[in-house]
Amino acid sequence: MQVEYIGAFNIVLGVIARFWPVWLGLALVMGASFTYKKRLGLYGQLFDSGVGIVGVGICLFWLFTAIFAATVAPFDPLAQVPVMKDALPGALEPVSKLVYYFGGDKLARDVFSRMVYGSQIVLIIAPAATGFALMVGITLGLPAGYYGGRIDTVLSFLANLVLAFPVILLFYLLVTPGIMDTPIPYAMAGLFFMFPIIFFSVLFWTRYKNRPDRLYILLGLTLVIGGWVYAGLVFDADPFKIVHIDPNQLNIFVAVVFASSPGVFRIVRGLVMDIKTRDYVAAAQTRGESPWYIMLWEILPNARGPLIVDACLRIGYTTILLGTLGYFGLGLAPESPDWGTAIKDASRLLRSFIHPALPPTIALMSFVLGLNLLADSLREQSMKD
Amino acid sequence: MLSFVIRRLGTMALTMLCLTMIVFFLINLEPNLKKLAISQTEMHTSAEQLESWLVNHGYRQNFFVRYGQWLGVVPKQPVTDPATGKPTQRFSFCNDPLEPKFSGILEGDFGCSTKFKTTVASKLFPALGATGILMLCVLLVMVPISLLIGILAGMREGSRTDRTLSVASIASTATPEYVSGVIFTVIFASWLGWLNGSAASASQGITFYNFTLPVMTLAIYGIGYIARMTRASMVEVMTQQYIRTARLKGLSFGSVVVKHALRNALIAPFTVIMLQFPWLLTGVVIVEVMFRYQGFGYTLVEAAGNNDIDLLLGCSLVSVFIVLITQLISDVGYAFLNPRIRVQ
Repeated sequence: MQVEYIGAFNIVLGVIARFWPVWLGLALVMGASFTYKKRLGLYGQLFDSGVGIVGVGICLFWLFTAIFAATVAPFDPLAQVPVMKDALPGALEPVSKLVYYFGGDKLARDVFSRMVYGSQIVLIIAPAATGFALMVGITLGLPAGYYGGRIDTVLSFLANLVLAFPVILLFYLLVTPGIMDTPIPYAMAGLFFMFPIIFFSVLFWTRYKNRPDRLYILLGLTLVIGGWVYAGLVFDADPFKIVHIDPNQLNIFVAVVFASSPGVFRIVRGLVMDIKTRDYVAAAQTRGESPWYIMLWEILPNARGPLIVDACLRIGYTTILLGTLGYFGLGLAPESPDWGTAIKDASRLLRSFIHPALPPTIALMSFVLGLNLLADSLREQSMKD
Repeated sequence: MLSFVIRRLGTMALTMLCLTMIVFFLINLEPNLKKLAISQTEMHTSAEQLESWLVNHGYRQNFFVRYGQWLGVVPKQPVTDPATGKPTQRFSFCNDPLEPKFSGILEGDFGCSTKFKTTVASKLFPALGATGILMLCVLLVMVPISLLIGILAGMREGSRTDRTLSVASIASTATPEYVSGVIFTVIFASWLGWLNGSAASASQGITFYNFTLPVMTLAIYGIGYIARMTRASMVEVMTQQYIRTARLKGLSFGSVVVKHALRNALIAPFTVIMLQFPWLLTGVVIVEVMFRYQGFGYTLVEAAGNNDIDLLLGCSLVSVFIVLITQLISDVGYAFLNPRIRVQ
């Protein structure tokens, strides 16, 4: 069967048209942000510089792409149409007359749809893993920096231990099919996912311990929601079957959190050691506040600037790590549409076909670039104050 | 200074001990041993045969005994051949001792590679040499370019040069090796045809044609990072009082930058370059796999993929050692370069 093609100009137009929900969302959010930028604090200040606008724009673009993936992508990312094997960009699928905008890969799947669906995997795992890494790093970094002494020595030694592992070796050891048969990933997940619950419990406890009416509601909410997600993620025993994670995704998730939390720990520890010499900390100590109140309600809010910047950079770095995992075929399913796996598959065949390789590489690069620009602009804005 | 170095070396030894034990534990998990036994025996062997293979090759001894043997503090026992009852070598291809003997890392014996059927040392060290050449080329490209970019950008903060170069370096830190590798291959190998997309032939002889792409790919990720650090340090130095004094004295801008600012601005990037080595290690693995260059990274992936226990342990030991030693050099070097720290 002969496959028909459309021209380069039509490909560009078609791709732009497919992204219509994304453009709509971008226009709405950017428009609203511009209008109210005076009232939006740090976020509003981002719109004062070109770099900031570009950064926010790229990040939002991928966020909306992930949200509207089902509308944007014309095909199922796993569907194979045999006639479209290695089809060049712009090929028309004979049955539905829809276009393979960026061509087909070696298994005859639509490269464009895979790129779009790949964004979902990245945009769920990378920010979530960064969030958990932040929780772990903050919960351990605060006491290490505040108390110093033996607790600091032990925790820093452990952090340096993990940091001394080359990331790639860590992944080869922690993300293998074999390790899923052992309890190690579940034990690590059980440990890491405790930290958010501990963090929020202590956070509310220190603040509201003299106001039981508030305390019990907040603590109850934390424990119920936290316990629910915890049960779903670690034991896969969510009674409502909403929170669910595949065992291999859990494995990746845990490995990524494990690899990036020592970095957060070091940053938080350094910030705390700097901030604890300030007058307002001394004032709180004189008032007789408990150490954890001082750490969580006096020191942490004042360390938020560098932490937000670091979180942005870290999401980008986590995206790169996920790509590395995909590139080495670790953890993610071989047919998974994530960018790293797509790059791996395509880079083996670069000699014959280059079109399946470019969309995922450019997608990954642009997303990380957006996050880095955002972080850079945030850093600049927070330094102005 | 000496006591500082000795203390650091002590911590380093402790870290290495802990890390190798963790790696040893993870590599010797039950599923991994099963996989090794399956790959080392004939197809379709029964579970009992797999088990007896593991016992015969000494994989069923106590964990700490085996770790001690690998380390060289517990004597290695030859295995007993069940048919004849005589002691035999565990693996015939790498001269294991026939009588109990201390033979581990501390004695310089890295063990046996089950994948390559040779000693780990004879596989690992040539690979390290090959990677060393690659690293050297990368550093020769990366360091001057990134320092130049950083200095040019940081010289006049906020100027157009600064903005352009800063965005360029942010872009380069957003490009991991597997992305830039693909893009460079597409541009320089597929479209232009100037360079070779594979460095497999570089083991025979390195030429510009087969070695440029791996070096470029590895360098580009680091360039952005080092350049940004250099820029930050340069910006800080340029606001110092002595720079203003030099300018007010009537010195030209160029000579202020070269004679007064540079020396102080280059202290911080030194540590950054040193701490870049662990990142380069990951990059090396990606690039060597991508361009099929037979070096350390390639060996590591082969060892991990085939569950080659001793080889993977050797690779881990080397990479952890590199990470720790560069940290040490960066700390000591920083103290030497920065007179303000030496005085304290």
